Amino acid sequence: MHASKKPMKVGLFVTCLVDMFRPSIGFATIKLLESAGCEVSVPETQTCCGQPAFNSGDKKTTQQIARQTIEAFDGYEYVVGPSGSCIGMLHHYADLFDNNDPWRARAENLKNRAFEITSFLTDVMDFDSILSSYEGKVTYHDSCAGLRELGVKQQPRKLLAKVANLSLTEMEDAETCCGFGGTFCVKYPEISNRMVENKSANVELSGATTLLGGDLGCLLNMAGKLKRQGHNIETRHIVEVLAGMTDEPAIGEAAYELGQPA
Amino acid sequence: MEIHSPEFKEKSRIALHDVNLQKALSNLKAGFPVKRSTAVARMPEFEQLRDEATALKNHILENLDIYLEQFEANVIKNGGHVHWCRTPDDACKKILEICKDVDSKTVTKGKSMVSEEINLNDYLQKNGVEPIETDLGEYILQLRGDHPSHIIAPAIHLNLEDVSEIFHEKHKRPKSSDPAVLMQEAREMLREKFAGADVGITGANFLVAETGSTIIVTNEGNGDLTQTLPKTHIVVTSIEKVVPTLEDMTLFLRLLARSATGQEFTVYNTLSTGPRRTGDQDGPENFHVVLVDNGRSEMVGTEFQEMLRCIRCSACMNHCPVYGAVGGHSYGWVYPGPMGSVLTPQMIGIEQAGLLPNASTFCGKCESVCPVRIPLPKLMRHWREDEFSKHLSPKAVRWGIGGWAFFAKRPGLYRLLSTSSNLFLRVMAGKKGRIKKIPMAGGWTDWRDMPAPSGKTFMSQYKSRKQS
Ligand code: SF4
Repeated sequence: MHASKKPMKVGLFVTCLVDMFRPSIGFATIKLLESAGCEVSVPETQTCCGQPAFNSGDKKTTQQIARQTIEAFDGYEYVVGPSGSCIGMLHHYADLFDNNDPWRARAENLKNRAFEITSFLTDVMDFDSILSSYEGKVTYHDSCAGLRELGVKQQPRKLLAKVANLSLTEMEDAETCCGFGGTFCVKYPEISNRMVENKSANVELSGATTLLGGDLGCLLNMAGKLKRQGHNIETRHIVEVLAGMTDEPAIGEAAYELGQPA
Repeated sequence: MEIHSPEFKEKSRIALHDVNLQKALSNLKAGFPVKRSTAVARMPEFEQLRDEATALKNHILENLDIYLEQFEANVIKNGGHVHWCRTPDDACKKILEICKDVDSKTVTKGKSMVSEEINLNDYLQKNGVEPIETDLGEYILQLRGDHPSHIIAPAIHLNLEDVSEIFHEKHKRPKSSDPAVLMQEAREMLREKFAGADVGITGANFLVAETGSTIIVTNEGNGDLTQTLPKTHIVVTSIEKVVPTLEDMTLFLRLLARSATGQEFTVYNTLSTGPRRTGDQDGPENFHVVLVDNGRSEMVGTEFQEMLRCIRCSACMNHCPVYGAVGGHSYGWVYPGPMGSVLTPQMIGIEQAGLLPNASTFCGKCESVCPVRIPLPKLMRHWREDEFSKHLSPKAVRWGIGGWAFFAKRPGLYRLLSTSSNLFLRVMAGKKGRIKKIPMAGGWTDWRDMPAPSGKTFMSQYKSRKQS
């Protein structure tokens, strides 16, 4: 266990969606990291991982954002974020630079330090002192990048097993893409819609009352669909449940007072 | 085949609402992927075979010229002929010339995607040679004037009812919807054609350099008749199919069957090694191999070289959620699904095929099942880069990315943008927590609600918490 040693210096990669749509995910991530004995900072010069440019074929912009992110996280032992997709993007940075470009080595170095939150807690910190409780039947959607680029599969389940009162039921095709795909969902809206319809049907079939996942993009997509279809199923990011921060209404739900921090 | 790839969006919209097609696609999804995973689970060394096959293919591609020349030399030694054809047109002309030489009026054909790629049937027909498809799926499509929508199950988009309909119309027999009766009917019709054909054309799954053999694998056995009965056998194939030895071939056969249909081995594995020799009981008198390039050699040495590892197993499309939603015809040309989204731009140009590599969420499922570990998402992204650098991407995309990038590269300004967008969305949502309609974001809100931000941005909250 690292927790007994000098605190691990971790830089939080907030991700642009969490920053914009659901700050509580960022705070829950900090809480979990601190419980695991890390000292967490949030570098101010981070923005977005650059995925919109990367997936649109704009390599130059992607390189510029990559350099900015690499610099922002210089000096941290680890870089942790509540998203397999954005951390996966950080892992792609090295491919953006030629072999003899010094940025490549820096990108490789970032790659070795960058982890998705559940994988960091489990694989790096060997941490599972989850003290939260969650009433209900949940199902877990495996977001694609986390699953296939970073091997995030058992880690979230291992941690969820520690949550009191929670029962996990697996849905059919939990590993099938929800149809979000960043800009894909607005470039090919009908296809994306079919994919998220399939997903919501599987969520419903599972009988779960809460849908959890590890990527806010996918969660916004699935929550938006479930709400549009009138389902009474809550959608949350896994860290909210793990950190015991579920007082806030679920994604896309209920009223907030304008201007009040949630 | 005519090119309809620029209509991908319209075609996929129609496909999504085609009830029959959707039924057929759900059968596909419930079939091949399940069978593949069962077969893989039964073979502990599967992952290792994938690594071996990937490495072997890479080696072959590094030495492609050497193996192709060895293959050619051995075909000639066996008494056959090899024709190198750079373009589809060269290949069609060569095949027609061979047909004319033996005065052929009809040719029987086994399933071959390369023949679709070079549009062979149309060409032969226009020039007075009648091609007859003998693979059941292809035969049905030919009767309908239709094209394959899948590389190994060409008629996957059709239901039994469609087959029964077209057989009744074309065979002039009583209508039946019993698969066994339909199969028998097709057999009888085809038997006559086999007897009358002077030339048989097949594709090849692999070309074996050390022996000069070609091999086709089928589950119907039609390929055997196509290549043994006529006097002349033409193999139309492409250059990346060569493998060094028979043993190497078996490595790929093991992966191919399992990845494609979940079989341990395909039912018929038919090797052709030159024409009939004295003393042979059967076999063609003439043996020709037409080697098609069609842009492949240009891929060697580029970032797309990895695509040439493809063994056409179809696993990528069988597992693709986009293919599963819109079917193969939406892609508008010969090769659909992830492998098609990489190959098609190479063969018909990114100008025409640009929508295909963009039609992916990069979920990575295709790469995870590809027996030769082709990084399909990465290759689709390379096409997007190509498109972007040639200024072919739609203006909305370029401006959108440009505008967003301006802020994303300037953290200070970015905070202003995220704070104001955050406020804007919260105002729109009012007390509801979600938004039903956002101007300019119809792609999202036509189909789903937009969850509203649950408070001020993380960065501003974090700052005030730290200060307090
Ligand atoms: S790309 Fe891979 S999975 Fe797709 S057909 Fe080719 S070999 Fe099979």
